[in-house]
Amino acid sequence: MQDETLFDSAPVVRFDRITKTYDDGGLEVEAVRGVSFAIAPRRFTMIVGPSGSGKTTLLNLIGCIDRPTAGRLEVCGQDVGALGDDDLTDFRARHVAFVFQSFNLFPVLTAYENVEYPLLLLGVSAGERRSRAAAMLDAVGLAAYGHHRPNQLSGGQKQRVAIARALVKHPALVLADEPTANLDTHTGAEIIALMRRVQDEQAVSFVFSTHDPQLMSHADETFAIRDGLLVEARS
Amino acid sequence: MMTLKIAFRNILRNRRRSMMTLLAIAVGAVGIVLFGEFVRFVTAGLETSAVDKVGHLTVFRRGYFAFGAGNPAEFGIDDYAGVVRAIREDPVLAPRLNVVTPIVSLAGIAGNFDVDASKTFLGTGVVPSERDRLSRWDEHGVSRRRVLRESGLRDDDEARGIVGVGLARVLGLCERLRIGDCPARPAAPRATGARLDGALAGLAQADGVAVAAAKGNEPPRLDLLAATAGGAPNVVSLAVSRAEPQGVRELDDNFVAMHINLAQKLVYGRSEPKATGIVVQLRHTGDLAMARARLGALFAERHLDLELRDFAELQPFYKQAVGMFRAIFAFISLIMSVIVLFTVVNTMGMSVMERTTEIGSARAMGVRRSGIRRLFVVEGAILGAIGATIGAALAQAIATAVNHAGMTWTPPGQAAPIPLEILTAGSTGLVLRVWLALLVAATLAALIPANRGARLPVVDALRHV
Repeated sequence: MQDETLFDSAPVVRFDRITKTYDDGGLEVEAVRGVSFAIAPRRFTMIVGPSGSGKTTLLNLIGCIDRPTAGRLEVCGQDVGALGDDDLTDFRARHVAFVFQSFNLFPVLTAYENVEYPLLLLGVSAGERRSRAAAMLDAVGLAAYGHHRPNQLSGGQKQRVAIARALVKHPALVLADEPTANLDTHTGAEIIALMRRVQDEQAVSFVFSTHDPQLMSHADETFAIRDGLLVEARS
Repeated sequence: MMTLKIAFRNILRNRRRSMMTLLAIAVGAVGIVLFGEFVRFVTAGLETSAVDKVGHLTVFRRGYFAFGAGNPAEFGIDDYAGVVRAIREDPVLAPRLNVVTPIVSLAGIAGNFDVDASKTFLGTGVVPSERDRLSRWDEHGVSRRRVLRESGLRDDDEARGIVGVGLARVLGLCERLRIGDCPARPAAPRATGARLDGALAGLAQADGVAVAAAKGNEPPRLDLLAATAGGAPNVVSLAVSRAEPQGVRELDDNFVAMHINLAQKLVYGRSEPKATGIVVQLRHTGDLAMARARLGALFAERHLDLELRDFAELQPFYKQAVGMFRAIFAFISLIMSVIVLFTVVNTMGMSVMERTTEIGSARAMGVRRSGIRRLFVVEGAILGAIGATIGAALAQAIATAVNHAGMTWTPPGQAAPIPLEILTAGSTGLVLRVWLALLVAATLAALIPANRGARLPVVDALRHV
């Protein structure tokens, strides 16, 4: 279960003058430039902006799969800059989940095993893993597809499995990078509705990186990024 | 468990590449196991051909090994029968002994007056029945396809002896001994031979030995001339039962075996008969070190001035040949292991590259670097284990086929071809070592790309296309 300290009204993410630079073939590129903002918990938060604006970099920083070059970043109350690689990895395993644009399911595992996998990383007992993974697959409407491999599923079904995999461990934060980009409009709408439903049920914070107007229309809070700078924050 | 499951499924994911990798590992295993078993066969064969002639250990009077050939009287073993009895009756050694027998080694000149031919010889006086038992030793089962003929010597017939095929040829005994593949003897110049043979004949008559030309069904006879312990020339007549190939040409051209009593008459004349050595053959070579230590203690306890030499010391060729085959085995093993190593590195490297996005996803979900490393290492280990198992099984099948194919080969130092075998019996240890070595090689090989995969930055891995 989620750590209780993470469920107060404190921001789930806090950026404090965050800068991120990349070395692009000897050329230093500033992808995020001294950004400061906070993301409220249990909401549908969108980070929007044109391609190359730095929204994916922001999402990577929030997801703790990248580190800021400068500034202080708190995720779920934890100063993630202070964590070593293994601690940061364990932190992700407990608190952060991802829904990728290309689904990124493990092709050698069945839908059920893909959903079960994050629980294995947390050392959840076999019985509890079974019940939680089955319940999660049922919640995304794929109870009958548990034994299917990803290559036997449609794009929408794959994204449903990815959502089930993200939510099965009851994370504080789910990060979704363009989750509807590879889906048709109808399936995209279904996926958005599904995420909205589980977000309500599980009181989990969703942070999206998107420029899909359909998805943006569901935002509780939006941060617009341009050239690595926060240009607009709207609730 | 999940790691194993994922590793297995990833191996099955690219079947053709996995099959090629398994094939490379299996071929490596087949090569190493087959050659290893062949080396075991060669080693066992060399050991058997040494031990069935000179036993495991030979007891000498101290100094005989270095100087005794020039003075067998001084360096002979006094009361050798007592020493033989003491060895046979030792409670520790007795159950481990196969044969304990005295021998007399000598050198001299052998002559056949029917054809006016003579030649130096190296002789051994033996107890015939014990020599036959000695030659039947076959702990490793390498001689089971060899037909062992009786020596033709008898304990109750002192006059009989056997010669090497080469010596029989030189002394013109091929026809009388019915030796096949023996070239016809060209006519020899008469003068020199007559002078030497005349001298031999005179000595023989002086000793009262009948020098009779072999005729009809009588075995051919040779006259053996040697110096007695006192330095006087002595001659005995030997009835040659048969010629026996000795394998090595130098020995074949000089070998004479005779009853020990006849050898003692020739060397010691009327003085006290001695033995120049006591051959100790054990049931199992594994007891050699223990037997050597026990015999040393026994001699010290009885204040006997004796020393011991094992078969490897008496036949240096054994050590040289075994050393050479082992070096070749080590070299082949190294080459095969390197091939396996590079094949697995290549396979796992491609696998890491293809699965970079999966690595990124797993890391993002909370799999530590060590977890990624473990996954690929387990895959390498599984490939190694399956490949080595297939290889070991294939090697046994090939070995069985070779052993039933009736192939022959001529080992180094041998004059005639012998059956080619691959020694599968008792090779479990070798197969296990090869299996383990290939498993370790494949695992270590996987570690290199596994480390590369584990060190990938998560963001870069997720961006990989």
